[in-house]
Amino acid sequence: MAYAIEGATGPWEVVVGLEVHAQVISESKLFSGSSAAFGAEPNTHVSFIDAGFPGMLPVINRACVAQAVRTGLGLNAEIHKVSRFDRKNYFYADMPQGYQISQFEHPIVGTGIVEVELSDGSVKRIGVTRLHLEQDAGKSLHDQHPTKTFVDLNRSGVPLMEIVSEPDIRSPEEAGAYLRKLRSILRYLGTCDGNMEEGSMRADVNVSVRKAGEPYRTRCEVKNVNSIRFVMQAIEAEAARQVEVWESGGEVKQETRLFDPNRGVTRSMRSKEDAHDYRYFPEPDLLPLVLEQNWIDALKAALPELPDAKKARFRSEYGLTAYDAAVLVAEKATADFFEAVAKGRDPKIAANWVTGDFFAALNRTGKTIETSPVSAANLGALLDLMANNTINGRIAKDVFEAMVETGKDPAEIVEEKGLKQVTDTGAIDAAVDAIIAANADKVAEYRSGKDKLFGFFVGQTMKAMGGKGNPALINETLKRRLS
Amino acid sequence: MLTDLTIAQAQTGLRAKQFTAEELTEAHLRGIGTLNPRLNAFLTVTAEQAREQAKAADAAIAKGDIRPLTGIPLAIKDLFCTKGVRTTAASMILSPFVPPYESTVTANLLRDGAVFVGKTNLDEFAMGSSNMSSAFGPVENPWKRRQDQNAVLVPGGSSGGSAAAVSARLAMGATGTDTGGSIRQPASFCGLVGVKPSYGRCSRWGVVAFASSLDHPGPFARTVQDSAILLRSMASHDPKDSTSADRSVPDYEAACKRGVKGLRIGVPREYRVDGMPAEIEALWEQGVQWLRDAGAEIVDVSLPHTKYGLATYYIVAPAEASSNLARYDGVRFGQRQDGGDLTEMYSNTRAAGFGAEVRRRIMIGTYVLSAGYYDAYYLRAQKVRALILRDFHEAFQKVDALITPTTPSAAFAQGEKMDDPVQMYLNDLFTVGANLAGVPATSVPAGLDSNGLPLGLQIIGKPFDEETVFAVSAEIERAAGFTALPQIRAGA
Repeated sequence: MAYAIEGATGPWEVVVGLEVHAQVISESKLFSGSSAAFGAEPNTHVSFIDAGFPGMLPVINRACVAQAVRTGLGLNAEIHKVSRFDRKNYFYADMPQGYQISQFEHPIVGTGIVEVELSDGSVKRIGVTRLHLEQDAGKSLHDQHPTKTFVDLNRSGVPLMEIVSEPDIRSPEEAGAYLRKLRSILRYLGTCDGNMEEGSMRADVNVSVRKAGEPYRTRCEVKNVNSIRFVMQAIEAEAARQVEVWESGGEVKQETRLFDPNRGVTRSMRSKEDAHDYRYFPEPDLLPLVLEQNWIDALKAALPELPDAKKARFRSEYGLTAYDAAVLVAEKATADFFEAVAKGRDPKIAANWVTGDFFAALNRTGKTIETSPVSAANLGALLDLMANNTINGRIAKDVFEAMVETGKDPAEIVEEKGLKQVTDTGAIDAAVDAIIAANADKVAEYRSGKDKLFGFFVGQTMKAMGGKGNPALINETLKRRLS
Repeated sequence: MLTDLTIAQAQTGLRAKQFTAEELTEAHLRGIGTLNPRLNAFLTVTAEQAREQAKAADAAIAKGDIRPLTGIPLAIKDLFCTKGVRTTAASMILSPFVPPYESTVTANLLRDGAVFVGKTNLDEFAMGSSNMSSAFGPVENPWKRRQDQNAVLVPGGSSGGSAAAVSARLAMGATGTDTGGSIRQPASFCGLVGVKPSYGRCSRWGVVAFASSLDHPGPFARTVQDSAILLRSMASHDPKDSTSADRSVPDYEAACKRGVKGLRIGVPREYRVDGMPAEIEALWEQGVQWLRDAGAEIVDVSLPHTKYGLATYYIVAPAEASSNLARYDGVRFGQRQDGGDLTEMYSNTRAAGFGAEVRRRIMIGTYVLSAGYYDAYYLRAQKVRALILRDFHEAFQKVDALITPTTPSAAFAQGEKMDDPVQMYLNDLFTVGANLAGVPATSVPAGLDSNGLPLGLQIIGKPFDEETVFAVSAEIERAAGFTALPQIRAGA
């Protein structure tokens, strides 16, 4: 069933469009040579251009343009060979020039498409309206002094991509799936690290509600939401508020709102009447940005495999299920890890281990792929030890736990703990004989037709052998002796 | 008098060791010491720095390392940021500002060995045509009316201090900037050669911005040859200015000697405006005749959108200025006036820091960019600007250069034309077109009016064809034989 807000007058459809601000991965800023790195001491990554000094002029950073074009290509979007920068004029203490250089009328990237998978297995296509480049402002620090505001200009001029979606999103789930997919594409491309906590990705959420079949009603913009979870909560809260306003005979007014994650509500920031008049006009310090087709082609040719393509390949090449493939490609690091484990091994077993025990261990220990104590090479080696019968599946689980704890390679652990599988038929025969002798009653029951007891004998034998018995040999021996 | 030498003569004298760079600089510093209190041409005199630079020049000459401007004393419009030397734009808001960087144009001049004697006065943020809007007081034009010696005349603007300094022999040349005529009009008022090169020829990096798409740095000098020497040093392709042209800089000095034989010179009929003083019209006719006599073919041409130039300029320039001047907010540099909150601090700072003309243009510019007015003003002005550019393009299909008067009048007195800003804006009537189109243009002294005040003729050329402009300018100079001197000058 489609998502809807149940009001007193029946169901309301939710209409959402997202504006995502993604910080471009780049050595230097959009219009100056200063470092764009995060987390430096305040005001240490600031050139005279970033500080808006008299006579300073912007020069476009070619690497940032390439990142925007690569992102556009990754979003299956139209690349505009001629785009232009505009000035967005407003005063703020952390905006040194008194204007933000952005792209208003002629963005570098036009319409594109993002496909998202939903929990019911369906796929939805969400339109991208445009992507443009713009510079970030600095940061005002209001908590450093009782009466003064401090300004940190490290972020001033840092390159951002604003990626605007069509109002195609109809539920918090779709919004979440869109953001996750977008983040995944950006990370695959290496154009944005997608870290919402550090602010390198943030979203403005446009929400309206309507009855089925109606044209769009007035929307509100919830500004600067900094996690996917909060975006989903903000949509729910804002949609519910709007339904209440409409149903109580009121009218939703176009305005900018803020989401308060502690109280789970949105509150008004400024109304349309108070909106800034940004007085956009073409930036006279920059020429129009003109891209050559062969440059675009070269960027396109060098694009990495993106999530959708990788997912299709995982299904065809490794025979994975749609679900496993989707889980494995969501993060490039996971996909790479899986492929390293699967290489030259049974891919389905590799997928089971990665999505099963391995993910569980990461969750439990709070680690990521990058910080994981178990490397892909070691997990692969563990699979090899099973494949060549050095250990059995049950022992493998124990070895894996030891790998999580110590980071050691599995052969070493097996050696140290003496976990090598016993394939010596004499030892297995002796163990089986002992179990049969100790359980004469069960043997009689089994022989009189209670087949299910076979598992009991296997378990007892394995237990007696400290788990190290080769399961196939134990089965074979038991079958022979019990028949 | 060392101060009467041209740059070309001084180069020769320095090479021949007839005098030293220190002597040359001292002569100019003495002139400044005597006359600047009256003329107010300099806001900052950098005597110590100039002496050191002159000493270095002499050492270089002794070693035989002579560059194009070694030892030549120049004045720098106080709109060019100069490292370690206060740069005010003649505004209170920047009065304490000492740039930690050197503009590209002044860096080029220093590279070529120039000596900087000081920073010159201007209309505040280069907004004006009289130098009356400077926060540090007006500049006196060194020329006097024959019949009215008491009248204190304006040097024109906005580069009024640079023009007065070169005219009064306080510097051998100067930098200016020309946004709507700010080099050519003061050059005309002070009997100098002023050059506004093509847009992109001289870098704007480090020049305090007025209107980015219209601002053109350029030189003042007393001869066409000197202005050619200066422009060659000032011009460069600057990767730090995205609008700088990636073109090699030709030998402008050589171009001065080309002559005009066989050139087609256009006379734009739309510049013959109602109420033009007869002596301006006569001088223009004379200029045309000089070129015809020198072998040029004179062609009547049309620039049909000329009459919209001034209106277009006074929309585009304030629009860009309103945005360019937003950075003067008291937060990071310059003068701050505290307030109860951020908005009040802004208001107090900008009200105290900007003079009336600057505030007027910020308000005009803010208005024409505002929602609801943008299409009617800014957007329409941009469309007209494109038409004006097309006018020039089409005219230059037929001719190699254009000749017009530079200004509708000679220098006026302080206090005149002050009541009505629009009267003041009319000074730019003939000059704004070349800024809107980005084409090179000079003003060359061609004669005197009935009051004995200099009048200039304007030569306009094709984009990046400064060479032809210099060739035609040199011909006018030769024919005019302009030898009159300002009454107020060093050594007079």
